[in-house]
Amino acid sequence: MTATLTRPAPSAGKKKPVLARTRRREAIALVLPSLIPILVLSVAPLVVGIFLAFTDARLVRHPDYGFAGVDNFVRLAGNDLFWDSLRIGLIWTVGVTLLQLAAAMGLALLLNSGLKLQGLTRVLALIPWAMPPVVVAIMWQMIYSANGGPLNAFLGGVGLPDDVNWLGDFSTALPAVIVVGVWVGMPQTTVTLLAGLQQIPAELHEAASVDGAGAWRRFTAVTWPSLRPIVTSITSLNFIWNFNSFSLVYVLTAGGPGGKTMVPVLFIYLEAFKNREIGRAAAMGLVLVVVVVLILAVYLRSQFRDDRAAKGR
Amino acid sequence: MRVLVRPAQYFALALYILFLGFPVLWLVSASVKSSGELNSLTVSLLPSEWHWDNYSEALDKQGLIRSAANSLIVALASTALSVLIAVPAAYVLARLKGKVRAAGVGWILVSQVFPVVLIILPLFLILRTLGLADNLAGLTLVHTTYMLPFALWMLQGYVAAIPVELEEAGAVDGASRLTVLRTIVFPLLAPGVVATAMFSFVSSWNEFFFALVLLQSPENYTLPITLTMFVGGEGKVALGPLAAGAVLAAIPSIVFFGILRKKLTGGLMAGAVKG
Repeated sequence: MTATLTRPAPSAGKKKPVLARTRRREAIALVLPSLIPILVLSVAPLVVGIFLAFTDARLVRHPDYGFAGVDNFVRLAGNDLFWDSLRIGLIWTVGVTLLQLAAAMGLALLLNSGLKLQGLTRVLALIPWAMPPVVVAIMWQMIYSANGGPLNAFLGGVGLPDDVNWLGDFSTALPAVIVVGVWVGMPQTTVTLLAGLQQIPAELHEAASVDGAGAWRRFTAVTWPSLRPIVTSITSLNFIWNFNSFSLVYVLTAGGPGGKTMVPVLFIYLEAFKNREIGRAAAMGLVLVVVVVLILAVYLRSQFRDDRAAKGR
Repeated sequence: MRVLVRPAQYFALALYILFLGFPVLWLVSASVKSSGELNSLTVSLLPSEWHWDNYSEALDKQGLIRSAANSLIVALASTALSVLIAVPAAYVLARLKGKVRAAGVGWILVSQVFPVVLIILPLFLILRTLGLADNLAGLTLVHTTYMLPFALWMLQGYVAAIPVELEEAGAVDGASRLTVLRTIVFPLLAPGVVATAMFSFVSSWNEFFFALVLLQSPENYTLPITLTMFVGGEGKVALGPLAAGAVLAAIPSIVFFGILRKKLTGGLMAGAVKG
């Protein structure tokens, strides 16, 4: 009770947010429990990770490593396999992100247009999102299987070549893996787009219809501009998630055949935990961060400029 | 032309349903097929005869039950930890304006860009130094940290949905902050906490990368790791038990997501759309 008595009574008529009256110490005490694990297990590792990139550290029982300056980066510049993996990683990331957006946009529009079977579709759309990535990978291995897989059986049934080794063939492995990425990532994008679609006032579409705009024109003139901010944010997030994704490709192909699906994260994992070169792996990781941040900066900047141009009109 | 729009839409929807649903159907179907049928060249969607022994065989295999128990321990512990830590912080994040909030939200966003592959190397070294590398407690700590940003994000959305006026009213009546939190905020926050906890549980249950790097002894493996061991192993893969194990591993996640469906989309979107 004494605690409540010492608290000054709020002056009548003056409304302040509850916490504005609170001592800073209280806020700090509430945040501290989350700050400590964050500092120890994500900020500190990030700092150490950057530091490691400039050392010749190896993953051994009693590490004894020295400062290596930019040696790792110089060596990296000549590592064609790493650049190959970066190229493959970009194809994978851009492919999955764009196809995911296109497929999700189609599904969101369908779900928003008052068709039946919406409930079923929504439940189905959430399953890929919920499933453990390892299970997803195992499941798609069965689908793609060259011996008695349903995909080849279907293709044979409609008179197409039915002996494709989807995950084992140089030319089909990467596209096959991308399809799985789209399958996994589509639901979340769909749900987000659907939420965005439902916020667009119906009057906008009606007005456009009255003006004689067809479906495609209504999409480009009303729907797409209204969704722009949401599309920008999910595209950025999907880009990052896809670029950093590991489990799917690791279980589906382990980077094979012949390195054709060796995405950079997988490459770094092997460098660190199979070749035991943590210093070099950290340098690669750092290069990846820079690449992602640069691409995102360019993308977000172009979006921002478009928005300003649109407002200036 | 206009008449054709609806049928075309239904056709498109059917393709989506096929794309999204068929792989799952195939997996479930494979889990109840006999090995003879799985290895035959004639491909059929439904099993000619239902074989449940794949499930019992999967449960007998390579410590599937043990790794499921490991997954359960890690998921429950990291869920409890992350929610316990996130609730107070989310409250501050939602109610405070200014620098603390900006820093919090900024960190949540940046944490999405963290390349786990850069984090994992030092994390592995730190945990090894602490003797927690090949260890369920270590994995629990890692999962907790890894789930925190998202838990914070969801929870602060739920806190923000509680009108400040309710707290004001409590404070005017002379209740202390703790009393206000206990009697007004927490009861209203409970459904959000449950949703966040379920989401955290699923994230940990499904997680693969950290477990792969950190765990070396088979007796510590979590379920996803053990499942990948099914795939490799002694040359020929036993497809039926593998499919059965995969179905079993997916069930908790799908059940939780089913329950969460409405809340999750609502809660996530509140954050995603309004930013």
